Amino acid sequence: MIDTKLLRSAGVRFAAIYAVLLTLSALALTSFIWWSTAGLLDRETEAEIHADAQGLSDRWTQAGLPGLVLTIEDRLAQNIDGDAVYLLVDETGRRLAGNLINWPPKVDQAGPFFELPVQRAGMRTLTRVRYYDIPPDLRLLIGRDVHVRALLRAMVTDALLWSLLIVSVTATSGAVLVRNLFKRSLANVSATATAIAAGDLSQRVRLSGRGDELDQLAEVINEMLDRIGRLMEGVRQVSNAIAHDLRTPITRARTRLEDAASHARTPEDLHAAIERAIADLDHIVGIFQALLRIAEIEAGSRRASFVRLDVAPLLADIAELYEAVAEERGVTLTLDVSGPLPVHGDGAMLQQAVANLLDNAVKFSPAQGTVGLRARSDRDSVRIEVSDQGPGIPPADRERATERFFRGETARSTPGSGLGLALVAAVAQLHGGSLRLEDAAPGLRAVLSLPTVGSTDA
Amino acid sequence: MRILVVEDDKDVAGFVVRGLKEAGHVVEHADNGRDGLFMAASEAFDAVVLDRMLPGGIDGIKILETLRSQKSTIPVLILSALADVDERVKGLKAGGDDYLTKPFAFAELLARVEALTRRGKTEGPVTKLQVEDLELDLLSRQVKRAGQKIDLQPREFRLLEYLMRHAGQVVTRTMLLEGVWDYHFDPQTNVIDVHVSRLRQKVDKPFKTPLIHTVRNAGYMLRAEPV
Repeated sequence: MIDTKLLRSAGVRFAAIYAVLLTLSALALTSFIWWSTAGLLDRETEAEIHADAQGLSDRWTQAGLPGLVLTIEDRLAQNIDGDAVYLLVDETGRRLAGNLINWPPKVDQAGPFFELPVQRAGMRTLTRVRYYDIPPDLRLLIGRDVHVRALLRAMVTDALLWSLLIVSVTATSGAVLVRNLFKRSLANVSATATAIAAGDLSQRVRLSGRGDELDQLAEVINEMLDRIGRLMEGVRQVSNAIAHDLRTPITRARTRLEDAASHARTPEDLHAAIERAIADLDHIVGIFQALLRIAEIEAGSRRASFVRLDVAPLLADIAELYEAVAEERGVTLTLDVSGPLPVHGDGAMLQQAVANLLDNAVKFSPAQGTVGLRARSDRDSVRIEVSDQGPGIPPADRERATERFFRGETARSTPGSGLGLALVAAVAQLHGGSLRLEDAAPGLRAVLSLPTVGSTDA
Repeated sequence: MRILVVEDDKDVAGFVVRGLKEAGHVVEHADNGRDGLFMAASEAFDAVVLDRMLPGGIDGIKILETLRSQKSTIPVLILSALADVDERVKGLKAGGDDYLTKPFAFAELLARVEALTRRGKTEGPVTKLQVEDLELDLLSRQVKRAGQKIDLQPREFRLLEYLMRHAGQVVTRTMLLEGVWDYHFDPQTNVIDVHVSRLRQKVDKPFKTPLIHTVRNAGYMLRAEPV
């Protein structure tokens, strides 16, 4: 039970992988070191013996047995280190030349190398030898004293075995360390998630400031939490709106109907009351539709229908629609658009946003005032500005002006639902842009900035 | 005209059927998808008013698709509480000719149904529209009344064209916004009224009989006789 639980822990898994990888690489390294030191010594010895055998074989072909015996004696005499071993015997096993007393019984086969302890010059020592058949009936043993090399090899082997042991120990403790590190780095995220699950949405994952992958993860999580927070705030605002802002017109409609039902004297009165109630209900439906539209835009699903488009003709169109309204109210609408204004977006939605801005501007403009629709594009953004000469919005209210149902003091007496700017802000956000409200001194300047698209990308 | 109303809500159906009958139409009603599909496929109607969400396993979209797959060209007005842009597109893609979201004003429904039935009849290449002494030439893009040339802006020309194509019918503000401007949102200010009033200044004011009439609680109508 505990074993499977331990295995399911990602920390333990990472630690185990760490330990295994470290041990494997240590093993590979020690094998290589062994091969290139101790192994090299063996191979060198074998190569020497082989070269020796080649030389003696040449002598044998050139000068026969006496030459061979002479050469062996010569080589023994010249061997200062005293590590060379030779033994030449005839078919009866009688020694013809060399520094070994008799043929070692263990060496019974030509070809492979043998390692054998021999008694030489009064000392027990270790030699590596090889046996060569010389037809018809001679046998030759060539070897090297490897006593010192064997000692060295044993030392290297010991050292490597020890280091393997040390590596295993460090790997294990390293694994435990890795597991704890892993646990500790996640503890932060885990604690935040637990707090949020318990209802405290203000919690955020702490950043270590190192900018590493864990910090990046924490940043992404925090961004996600911010977005969830904003959405929750939106939901809260909408429920508040339904509670307060929709209650008023619903109350009015209900009151009218009940009043008419009990007090209307003539059918005309009744008709008039019903018609006013229908108008009230239509107004409520309008608010609902605007709320749903904003929610639909904020949900972001409309982004799928985005295309590359030029905003300039759309602006000309919408200006033409409002120009007549402005004129009727004695307001001048000026259009100053220098295109093309390429953006990636939804044309109908952008038009609705600009329509809302123009609607506000015309509504709040004083008679003889001017409403300006101006649009420019630079390297990274398309700026659409709608300015009026109306009362403007006090700086303190500008932040909140894009909230649903917010209506400034100066706007209370003008008809409207308080949803126009909220929709514009939602459209701007959906397009990756922003809506800024500025002081046009006098009046208000609403700046809708959208990211532009270059001519190369579609 | 014979109109089929497929709607399951008793109140809405009763209201629509009564209204259409009062307007002089012959109306049949089906309160579920199965009957609706059967009637639409087996009897001859001039138009169908179709609710989207219906009981009986067959919804409005299914009925539409079945009708269109049988090469039926009967004009269909979809009536639905689903108001999202995507839902609207879905309804029109399935073969709907027009889409009206609930809640709706009856005047809007009637105007749209009548516009649909008219559309089927005036098919064919028209190059000239004429109502009384008002002439609109679609090729030369010229407008004359009583032989006198009237200068119109391009948008005014399209507005007049739309009114003349629907001469004798009520045209609502929403229909104008969609048909002339191709806007599918509700501008809060009554922009359409202002544009129509501008058009009146040019087309009606200099002449004795007005042609563009306001229909109370509904919209506008272009015809010789007063409303």
